[in-house]
Amino acid sequence: MKLVLSNITKEFNRRPIFRDISLELDGADSLVITGKNGAGKSTLVKIISGVLSPTRGTVEYRDEQAVLTPDEVRGKIGLVSPYLQLYDEFSAMENLLYLSRIRANSMPIEEESERLLRQFSLWEKRHDYVRTFSSGMKQRLKFVFALLHRPHVLLLDEPTSNLDSEGIKVVQQVVEQQKRHGILIVATNVESEAVWCNKRLHLGGV
Amino acid sequence: MTFVKYGSLVLITIVIIAGLSIPLSMSPKSWLEFPLIPGLEDKARNIFFHVPTAWTAVMAFLTSTYFGIRYLRSKNLDFDLQSVSAAGLGFLFCVLATVTGALWARFNWGSFWNWDPRQTSIFILLLIYGAYFALRSAVESEEKRASLSAVYSILAGLTVPFFIFIMPRMMAGLHPGAQDDPSGKGPLFEGSMMAPNMRILFYVSLLGFTLLFIWLLQLRIRTARLEHLSQQR
Amino acid sequence: MSALVSSSLRGTYALLLKDAQSELRTRYAVNALMMFVITAAVIVQLAIRDEQPSASVLSGLFWVVIFFAAMSGLSRTFVSEEERGTSMTLQLVASSSVVYFGKLCFNIVLTLVMNAAITVLYTVIFPGFTVQTTSTFLLTVFLGSLGLASASTILAAIIAKANTKGTLYPVLAFPILIPLLMTTMRATTRALEGEPFGDAGGEYQVLVSYFMVITAGSYLLFDYVWKD
Repeated sequence: MKLVLSNITKEFNRRPIFRDISLELDGADSLVITGKNGAGKSTLVKIISGVLSPTRGTVEYRDEQAVLTPDEVRGKIGLVSPYLQLYDEFSAMENLLYLSRIRANSMPIEEESERLLRQFSLWEKRHDYVRTFSSGMKQRLKFVFALLHRPHVLLLDEPTSNLDSEGIKVVQQVVEQQKRHGILIVATNVESEAVWCNKRLHLGGV
Repeated sequence: MTFVKYGSLVLITIVIIAGLSIPLSMSPKSWLEFPLIPGLEDKARNIFFHVPTAWTAVMAFLTSTYFGIRYLRSKNLDFDLQSVSAAGLGFLFCVLATVTGALWARFNWGSFWNWDPRQTSIFILLLIYGAYFALRSAVESEEKRASLSAVYSILAGLTVPFFIFIMPRMMAGLHPGAQDDPSGKGPLFEGSMMAPNMRILFYVSLLGFTLLFIWLLQLRIRTARLEHLSQQR
Repeated sequence: MSALVSSSLRGTYALLLKDAQSELRTRYAVNALMMFVITAAVIVQLAIRDEQPSASVLSGLFWVVIFFAAMSGLSRTFVSEEERGTSMTLQLVASSSVVYFGKLCFNIVLTLVMNAAITVLYTVIFPGFTVQTTSTFLLTVFLGSLGLASASTILAAIIAKANTKGTLYPVLAFPILIPLLMTTMRATTRALEGEPFGDAGGEYQVLVSYFMVITAGSYLLFDYVWKD
């Protein structure tokens, strides 16, 4: 699958965050988005994932048969972002279960969720309420949620925030896997994370 | 635009002069006499001012919703600016219609407010305008404010047919054309209750107020655009 | 195509279950609703005492309590998602229409439960509140709940994006709900006065079409509200 951004502009209160961003990523590509605070890294990630619409321009996912909007490939996108939260009143396992049921693709999640929860050392805590989780544990759970349906496109916004060195190692494994499997996009200013990717987009303000 | 501007001024001036000065007579003989309706007398002249303001208030609501829809389709904030300009004028005319109506009701029906179907409708239109502006002031992002208020005015517009259907069944009408009106005719300006010369003046007034609305709307839109430009500097 | 529809239906049902489970655990909406209903009913009772209010006054009081109770509880579904930052999670897993219909179904269930409770409470504490035509009353409360839930759901989605959520909700809702409330009050009065079922036919038509028009409109407009 190919990801094509054409002339993406996003404005808030009539002021442009960024202007005319165009790029193409195919299955083997990975992209790092850098830029100062407020340059629009998170905004661009949200636009690519389809939870935010651009003011102008289009996001398209292309495969052999069709050109699709982010809404239509929802099931193939995984996102980890500080703006995305899981439900406090549910346990880790309930969160994964309910969200995958709402997603309603018929893939069984039992095996995959166990594998991922073990990988992120959350298996023992799977029946604890998310509100009892530390911020690092919540971040790990977000990774499990993002990876559960084996996304073709994985979007990571500040992936290692709140993570300890062990957690960062797991994220590196995940990143290596994803690069073999599909498109990876990382928004970060940490140089050790930027080297994961073969393409770079710097948002410099307008 | 000059046509609209001077047209509205000329027409409304004609209506004010003619509407207030043409004498009433029990048996009008010439075109320059209005029929005198017992019990209504000089109060009948209100129709030249009250009905056109109510008409303009409704037209402004439709205009505002129309531009709201165009905003939703295009995401161009200029349409939102036009939509809110129309709504502001609509609110003004809505207040004018309510006040002229209430004053007239006080002297003709005995009290300022009677919950007659049309009074209720104009009151609900006032509430809708109030809610629309309350919503706008509660949203910070301009883009979000524009789409939320457009959605709200469309929703409000969807309820209008229900009012038209429900109101006459629910409450006794006092306006001409209400269901239990003994004369059984339509609204005043449709039936034969209005003399031809009054009707002509009435239509002149409707046209004048419509042009006035268009002119004021253009003015408001232009000032609003300029305000935005000066803010961005 | 049918696969898409069936997965949307499953998603909608799953969202309804998720919200119900969440509500059972946190009881945000239910607690507010029930306390409001009890408080309001007791105040009305204290004011009326031994008077014998007419059927139209009683049905008015009945729907006033329902309206304000709805305003205290039905915004929860969207406001809680927005406040906790879970709305983005939902956007990621579900299409706008799945979210809209899931939330609508949840609010319908909540409204039906609430109105059943209010009915029981009124019957117990107001001796004058005796329904003569049960079928009219039940159908009116049922159809009224549908329309109320429908309008409340889209308005809840709107105010969830605004700053002053609590006060704005009734302000926005009242003009939209007036036709519904006028109709339900009239039909309830008929039921209290013992008019035959068929006499309220016009009211049923209004209530059914109100629900369908508002729901269809909300469905078409929801995307503009839900997505930033």
